[in-house]
Amino acid sequence: MTEILRLENVSKSFGGNRAVNDVSFSLEEGEIIGLIGPNGAGKTTLVNLITGVHPLSAGKVIFAGEDVSRQQAFQAARRGLARTFQIVQPFPKMTVLENVAAGALFGGGTGSVEDALDLAHEELKFVGLDAVADTPASSLALPNRKRLELAKSLAMRPKFLLLDEVNAGLNASEIDGALDLIRKIAARGVTILIIEHLMKVVLSISQRILVLHHGELIAQGDPRTVIEDPQVVEAYLGSKFAARVKAESHHA
Amino acid sequence: MKQFLYFGAFALWVALIAATPLLADNYTIRIAISIAMFSAMAVSWNFIGGFTGYPSFSTAAFFGLGCYAGALAQRNGIPLVMAWVFATLFVAVFAAMLGAIILRLKGHYFAIGSIAIVDLTRLITSSWGSLTGGGDGLNVPLLQGSPQEVSALVLYVMLAILIVAFLTSIYVDRSRLGFGLKCISQNEDAADMVGVNTTSFKIVAYTLSAVFCGAVGAVYASWVGYIDPTDSFSILLTLKVPVMVLLGGAGTLLGPVLGAGVFVMLEEVFWANFLEWNRAILGGIIVFLIFFLPNGLLKIQYRTLYGALVQKLRSAPKQAEKSS
Repeated sequence: MTEILRLENVSKSFGGNRAVNDVSFSLEEGEIIGLIGPNGAGKTTLVNLITGVHPLSAGKVIFAGEDVSRQQAFQAARRGLARTFQIVQPFPKMTVLENVAAGALFGGGTGSVEDALDLAHEELKFVGLDAVADTPASSLALPNRKRLELAKSLAMRPKFLLLDEVNAGLNASEIDGALDLIRKIAARGVTILIIEHLMKVVLSISQRILVLHHGELIAQGDPRTVIEDPQVVEAYLGSKFAARVKAESHHA
Repeated sequence: MKQFLYFGAFALWVALIAATPLLADNYTIRIAISIAMFSAMAVSWNFIGGFTGYPSFSTAAFFGLGCYAGALAQRNGIPLVMAWVFATLFVAVFAAMLGAIILRLKGHYFAIGSIAIVDLTRLITSSWGSLTGGGDGLNVPLLQGSPQEVSALVLYVMLAILIVAFLTSIYVDRSRLGFGLKCISQNEDAADMVGVNTTSFKIVAYTLSAVFCGAVGAVYASWVGYIDPTDSFSILLTLKVPVMVLLGGAGTLLGPVLGAGVFVMLEEVFWANFLEWNRAILGGIIVFLIFFLPNGLLKIQYRTLYGALVQKLRSAPKQAEKSS
């Protein structure tokens, strides 16, 4: 196993508010990692720091052996650090196909617009959106918009994919579909960091879990150890929930 | 197929304008020059205002700087064509450097910033008397030849600029650059996220929106023979060009050409018939555009409109029968 991403003492302040405080961890290539924590814990900020949306206040981000602490967002995309947004960000008036082609053309470094469109077709098939390829992105309903975000990120040929609440707002069967898709993406060799509030989802998909609270990393490890950690129970899960999950996982 | 139709229409239109010196009087040629000139500037503006979606009002600054750079180059002994080329390059470099600063602004802030550039360049030009002649203006060496020959020459040069600008816009529309600009216009953050280097793309678009205006300005200065700050850096010009593009259809290839043609001819009618009211009428056109034609003449569904009209005409007699 080789290391793909390492954070060293990363901090970010907005004015006097320390949104991320001295966070360090290291991720292996090919892992699926869950990132959990209460609202306002700094999860999205952390993603923004890794992908160059915000500059770091302190610390270092090392991606594939390279110090990328000072990169800009578009450089992150070209390096293979792709992400999706909690609130989906399509190009509304372009077709679904063109949306995905944008990812291939710029982030994926495809040579020509034609090649990008070809590649976009493949990714649309992969996520199951090829039937709506020529409709405007604004006409899609939420579950398909989320799939579009995924296809767009995949067209960028990422090594590392950060998924910011891809399942928020989906119903149970839609979530199952999304999870299948995420597993299929992982099978392509893409390392995935997933921010998620639904504990069932996190526990079923992650090989490792990181827990943020008040901007600090309070626990990390395999899912079972993490949900039994008293700090995590107090900060996020609540004792009742922890007991229930524990019981369920023992039955299983 | 549709594209061939577009290029055919453009070629026909250019040929028609180019034929005016052979067919029409000097007054008509002047209008033809105006059309070619404004079309070139409208096509330019389309790069930043149409493709990229940044409402730039810097056109008059680029035009005015083109006028002065061309005039000053000629007065310092640089031959005519070289002076025009110099002015074009000067404006391009100016826009690229300015763009790196001003394109940090977005939306309304960018619009206001870009309009301030016009006033700023005008003030600098009128205050820097030792170089620019200040408020007295500058005489530009006259073009050689009879009035007919001069207007024909100016017309053909303006048309050449228009053709280069138009071909550039076709190329950009199909290229990686154009794709990136459209991404920026729809969602700049998302464009950044998929790996578009938004800053440099916007600077290129802003420079493209300037370079042809600079060329037009330099040729214009040689044509009229005298320039001054108020005429060269006119706020009205900076408003007119975007209005032309919106009239035709922003972000389309043919829209700016169509809009500029229609606008110049409308303006000619209003100037001739309502000398006192023509600016009020310009205001009226802008309001009309915003309310009724937000996407321009090219985006109207003419077939639906025709169908609705036919239906109305057919049902009208029936209603008349019923009521009687």
